[in-house]
Formats: sequence, structure tokens, C-alpha cells
Amino acid sequence: MKIAVLIKQTPDTAELPKISAAEAQSGDINVTMVINPWDEYAAEEAIDLADRFDADSVAISLGPDGEIDALKHALAMGVGEAVLVDESIVSSGDKWATDELATAEALAEAVKAQGDVELVLTGKMSVDGNSGVIYAGVACKLGWDLLVNVTKIVDIADGIITVEQAFEGGHESVAVPLPVVISVAKEINDPRFPSFMGIRKASRANIPTLGAGDLPVAASQTVTWSNLRKPEERKGSVQIFDGATVQEKAAKLVDALLEEKVI
Amino acid sequence: MTILVWIEQNNGEAVSSCWEVLGKAQELAAQLGTSASALVVGDAIDVIAQEAAGYGAAVYTASSPALARYRLQPYAAVVEQALDASGATAFLTNATLRGGSLAATIACARGGGIAANASDLRVDGGQLIATRSIYSGNILADITFNSSLAVASVRPRSFSMPATGAGGGSIQALPVALDEASIREKITDFRAADTGEVSLTDAKIIVSGGRGVAADPEKGFALVGELADVLGAAMGASRAAVDAGYIPYKHQVGQTGKTVKPDLYIAAGISGAIQHLAGMGNSKVIVAINKDPDAPIFAKASFGIVDDLFTVLPALTEEFKKRLG
Ligand SMILES: Cc1cc2nc3c(=O)[nH]c(=O)nc-3n(C[C@H](O)[C@H](O)[C@H](O)COP(=O)(O)OP(=O)(O)OC[C@H]3O[C@@H](n4cnc5c(N)ncnc54)[C@H](O)[C@@H]3O)c2cc1C
Ligand SMILES: Nc1ncnc2c1ncn2[C@@H]1O[C@H](COP(=O)(O)O)[C@@H](O)[C@H]1O
Repeated sequence: MKIAVLIKQTPDTAELPKISAAEAQSGDINVTMVINPWDEYAAEEAIDLADRFDADSVAISLGPDGEIDALKHALAMGVGEAVLVDESIVSSGDKWATDELATAEALAEAVKAQGDVELVLTGKMSVDGNSGVIYAGVACKLGWDLLVNVTKIVDIADGIITVEQAFEGGHESVAVPLPVVISVAKEINDPRFPSFMGIRKASRANIPTLGAGDLPVAASQTVTWSNLRKPEERKGSVQIFDGATVQEKAAKLVDALLEEKVI
Repeated sequence: MTILVWIEQNNGEAVSSCWEVLGKAQELAAQLGTSASALVVGDAIDVIAQEAAGYGAAVYTASSPALARYRLQPYAAVVEQALDASGATAFLTNATLRGGSLAATIACARGGGIAANASDLRVDGGQLIATRSIYSGNILADITFNSSLAVASVRPRSFSMPATGAGGGSIQALPVALDEASIREKITDFRAADTGEVSLTDAKIIVSGGRGVAADPEKGFALVGELADVLGAAMGASRAAVDAGYIPYKHQVGQTGKTVKPDLYIAAGISGAIQHLAGMGNSKVIVAINKDPDAPIFAKASFGIVDDLFTVLPALTEEFKKRLG
């Protein structure tokens, strides 16, 4: 059995606020890029499951040609192999006329190209795309079941995977036959830091790129994005309540909140 | 032609953010010259169907023991059936874990364009336009649809609750031909969230605690909880507090936690890191309680108290008790 883990390379979250509308529009963003933080949990789980169930693991990322640092991070953590999908295969030139479903289709095709993958693990969300759409699209394109926000993989036995998943209203234990796509929650594990040996191995790894001729996908344009802009800045004029005692401060704050009618 | 809204239900109760979406759908439908419909899926869902009809929507129901609990595969099949029955040109859900993945699955199955986690929907020039954020709230974008079906999942609390009692809705049951044996996913156990706990994403008021409680975390979060109780608020936390094990993960607000939009967000002992602000920066009123007058949270707050949270929180709880009776 093979486990595929989907990894996106995304801006360092601390630098996200620096991104200007013009940079977002052009896609030429001048920030440090790292592995999408949510995807570290998926990578950790892939490594752990590969150990537990004697499986192989492969990390797949769709991104610009040559953008492989996130994949190297996954390899350094201990994922077995890595593959880059050149994003130009889903872009018609204008990235704002390309949608998430095309990305999902390309990733689904890349999964198929890896052979006997029976489990695809993904993060919960990308910190740049913020959609939570890709894993659903991948499952749909593959025709596989999808489980989201999985907090624990209990077992894989006789072709059936049992997991625990959380949603807003509670927790469920679920069993489903493989193959399946699973997005993981952060409760699932504590991602390891790459070891020195891992980093050395990853730096020498050969990461193949799948391009236009390799996967049967077409750009789809079901949506058009426009008017990229920064949200309005919050008017940051804070009113600090002083007083001789903490009770006095609290009373003033309560007055203000009652006046604002938010209570 | 209609705008179809999925009404999420748990244990026979509708998730309230769905009504916000339904209300908005009715407004949009009026501008587009179409109608708004609701889809209620489950088992024993009459009460919710009545509730939806009470808002004046044309309600489709799909009821079967096999649909009692949400499972993506059969639910998506029923949504597709409802799309066909209603001739819908738009499908809307609330952007919960389920609503988000159901919307994405339907978009994919139908080749529809999707606006995920939309924070606004409007009509301009006869066209539906969705606004959503990317880069964790740092960039906004408008989305228009080129497909015959437009799909959007809508963030809870983006729109106000519609007025009830408009009435005039109809209820139509869809024929459900579902065979439990054909559903691969089996739910073997279910545990509801603690009863009485207010859901973070739907909360009007949130009281959150951070690493500032470190001197006595147990007491600190007990104080956060007491204030939350008086206000009928949900309890939130920073990642630092969650990572330190002061409170479970599900309370985390921020980049890698929940995105919330309450009327009032009270942050106690939280510095206001960018990743925390990403989750709560759209709150209507932010109150910061922090010992450090230079904490970055004050730059985003409307009101603040510079003092020790271990004395401020109980004082606030007392004061609210007095005023709210
Ligand atoms: C990829 C990534 C994702 C992240 N995602 C999230 C996320 O989703 N949510 C999140 O919150 N963080 C997130 N973080 C972490 C974030 O960067 C901060 O580390 C975290 O928010 C800090 O939590 P804090 O404010 O509780 O702690 P601190 O930054 O340590 O702040 C504690 C505050 O408490 C004050 N204080 C101390 N004692 C008292 C007292 N007795 N009374 C009053 N005030 C007191 C201090 O002055 C200080 O301002 C993320 C980081 C990364 C790298
Ligand atoms: N370009 C990509 N390459 C690989 N995986 C991706 C990509 N985009 C999204 N994913 C995966 O899908 C998850 C959800 O992303 P999103 O739908 O963009 O919020 C991420 O956590 C990744 O695991």
C-alpha cells in the first residue's frame, strides 16, 4: 500500500500581512515560503502510518516549477518520496481565471500516477488559498470517499480504515473501506522536526516534476476572481479604562459595552 | 430556477447559521427575479422543515433512516437530486466542516464554480458576486461565476438572522431510494459536544484566554469560563494556551484554529500575534485585558484594561452580574 500526502508551499504565516494586493494579483510574492503549517500534520501522519502499516509514502505538491522547499521539508521529516506537479498545467495564463477544481483534478491525476495509492492525506486548509476545497475536489475526481477533520486514525485492517473525526457538533467514530481521502485536524499528532540526517538526505533527493505531457488535465474556468484588495484597516484607536481600583476599571468597561449594545 | 440552501441539522436541530444563509438567499433571489429554496436532509426532520417553511422558503425534504447522520456520499447524492428537482442555479451552504466539504463536493460533481468561505454575497448587474478572503484574511477578492451552477459556502455570522413568521413556504418531500448497504461509510459511535457549550463559530460573544494565565492556568481558565457563563459566551483560547494544555484544541482561535466573528471578543492575557488576529480580527468590538500596555492586541482593540487578568476577570464577572441581574 502507498500513502500519498498533499503538501502545499505557502507564505510564512508571520509574513502574510505584508502581502500587497498588487503582489497577490501578480502572484509574484516577496515573502518566505514554507510548508503549509496544516500539511505538517498530514506529513507526520503519513510517516507514522507508513511505519505502523508497513506502507510507502509519497508527498505531492502542485506549484511553480522548481518550488520544492516544502517537499524537501516533508522528505526531511521522513516521507519516502516526493513529486512536484508543475502548476502551469492547470493555468491558462491568467491564474485568476483558474479555479480550485482544476488544481484538485491535477492532484488527483498525480495520485493515480503513483500506483497503488489507497490513502490520500491532506491538511485542513492552506494558509494562502483558505478554501478547504482541494481535498473534496481530489476525492470527487478520484471517486473516493472523503473524511474531513480526522483527529485519530485508529486502525487499518482488512481494507477498512477506522478513524475519529470532529465536527462542530461533536465527535464520531467512522469506518470506511479504502481507498479514501482524509483531511487531518491538528489534534491528530505533533509534527516532528526534521532531523539533521533527514535534512541531508532530503537535500540530495531527486524530486521529479510532472508537467503538461504527463497528466491528462485541462484548465477549467468556472470562476473569475477580481478586485483583489486589502481589507479595510480596523480603526485602531483603543480606549483604555483607568481607575483607582480594578472594580472601577471594570465598571467603566461594562458601561462602554452596554452603550455599544454588544451585550 | 432557484437558489437552493442546505440546512445543516444535528440530532434534530438546525444549525442556526443556515438561517442566516437562507435569509440572504431570499434577498438575492428577489434581486435576481428567482426564488429561494431550502433543503432539509435527515430522519424525522419535520420540525426543521416547518421552521424553514416559516421563513417563507420552498422546502425540499429528504428523509430516511440512512440519512439520520450526515455522511458525505449519501448527502451529496440527495443534494444532486434536489438540484435537479428544483432546477437550481445556485447552491449555498454554511461554511462549517460539513457545509464546506458538501459545497466543494457538489461544485466538483457538477462542474460548478465555488466561492469557499464567502463573507459576502450580492447581486450586481444581474450577476451573483461573492466576496471571500485569501492569505488568511489579508486579501479580499470578488468571485463571479462562469458556470451554470454557482456554489458558495458562507461563513457563519456573515449575515443577520432573517425574521421568522413570513410564512408562505411549501414543503415537498423528495423520493429517497437509499440502500444502507450501498453506503460505504459507517458511523460506529457518536459523542455530542458538551451540552450547554456555546459553539465558537456561531457565538455572539467570546471570552478568550492566552498564555497570560500561566501563573495559574487552571484558575485563569476558570475565571475566563465564569465570565463566559455570565455573558452566555463561548470560550476561546490562543494557540499558546492550547499548546500548553490549559484548554482543549477545539477552543483555539486563529490562523490554525477557528475563524470567528462575534459582536464582542474579550481577549485576556493574549498578546495579539498576527496568527491570532487572523482568526478574530473581524469581531465587531474587541476588548483587550493585558498587563503590558504595549501588547499588540491593543492596536486592534476598541477597549482595553491594562491590569492583571486574575483581578480584572472576576471584577468584570461581578459587574456584569450586577448589571444583567
Ligand atoms: C504557523 C503558525 C500558526 C499559528 N496559529 C495560531 C492560531 O491559530 N492562534 C493563535 O492564537 N496563535 C497561533 N500561532 C501562535 C502565535 O504566533 C502566538 O505564539 C500565540 O498567539 C501567542 O499566544 P498568547 O498571546 O497567548 O501568548 P503570548 O504571546 O505569550 O502573550 C501572553 C500575553 O499575556 C500577557 N500577560 C501575562 N500575564 C498576564 C496577566 N497576569 N494578566 C494580563 N496579561 C498578562 C502578556 O503581556 C502577553 O501580552 C501560530 C503560529 C504559527 C507559526
Ligand atoms: N497546490 C497544492 N499542492 C498540494 N496540495 C495542496 C495544494 N493546494 C491544496 N493542497 C492540499 O489541500 C489542503 C486544503 O487546501 P485548500 O483547499 O487550499 O484550503 C491543503 O492543506 C493541502 O494538503
